[in-house]
Amino acid sequence: MGMIVAALGSGLVFGLGLVISGMTQPSKVLGFLDVFGHWDPTLAIVMAGALVVVAPGFAILGRRDTSILGVPLEWPGRRTIDRSLIGGAVLFGIGWGLVGLCPGPALANLAGLSPKVFGFVVAMAIGARAQDALRRVRGSQPQSA
Amino acid sequence: MTSFDPVSAALGGLLIGAGALLLMLFSGRIAGISGIFADALEPRQTGRTWRMAFIVGLIAAPLLVAATGRAVPAPDMPAWAVVIAGGLLVGFGTRLGSGCTSGHGVCGIARLSPRSLAATVTFMATAAVVVAVSRHVLGGQ
Repeated sequence: MGMIVAALGSGLVFGLGLVISGMTQPSKVLGFLDVFGHWDPTLAIVMAGALVVVAPGFAILGRRDTSILGVPLEWPGRRTIDRSLIGGAVLFGIGWGLVGLCPGPALANLAGLSPKVFGFVVAMAIGARAQDALRRVRGSQPQSA
Repeated sequence: MTSFDPVSAALGGLLIGAGALLLMLFSGRIAGISGIFADALEPRQTGRTWRMAFIVGLIAAPLLVAATGRAVPAPDMPAWAVVIAGGLLVGFGTRLGSGCTSGHGVCGIARLSPRSLAATVTFMATAAVVVAVSRHVLGGQ
């Protein structure tokens, strides 16, 4: 129960940040990405604001083994920059640049009941499931790392 | 063209950071939304309930803002074909690349992860090229 309430609250605070900063508005995001046009620095300020909280917060939490609710803190451990990382970032960047939505704002925008936002999220789910299925097929081959 | 509001941007950024910090503080998890979303859809995955709760929180946020009387503009979306292509690419790409703007761009950079830094530079540069081509070469928008 605690995990559910904590996740709900964290998602709500995160989502409030997305809405208040304007990041749920694709035109704001595309305005930031449009470096050759009338550049909108909003996204840079949003990221800086988030990092001001998360960087010291994670540094302090890094000394703990478990969360307040007693579950182990799960930090990503992979270090290698490989083709999957970069190839995935390129594909994500193309989709992000086409629409101006990344996963967080897309999900928060479901509240507006826009058919196109639903369409985007369903397509996002299909794309994610397709990649997971592909990874399982490749993972069954012995040479995969 | 949208108006630039640095105070709202900074306040929103602080809240995004607070949300990510709360999730690690209480639940011990990185707030990587592409991963949370995909794992919430995976029937074999344990911990689907907290992931769905996080997503419900995200969806509740605009409703709460609207309830305070602040206007929440409807997202301006492109043509259907672009919406679907973009969604497929975002879903596939974030899974292949192990993260998106939240997991790599905020949580990973906060930890000075070289992987997340490389991913963030790559997806931002790629997206900027796509916008430059669509707006200034093709003149789409």
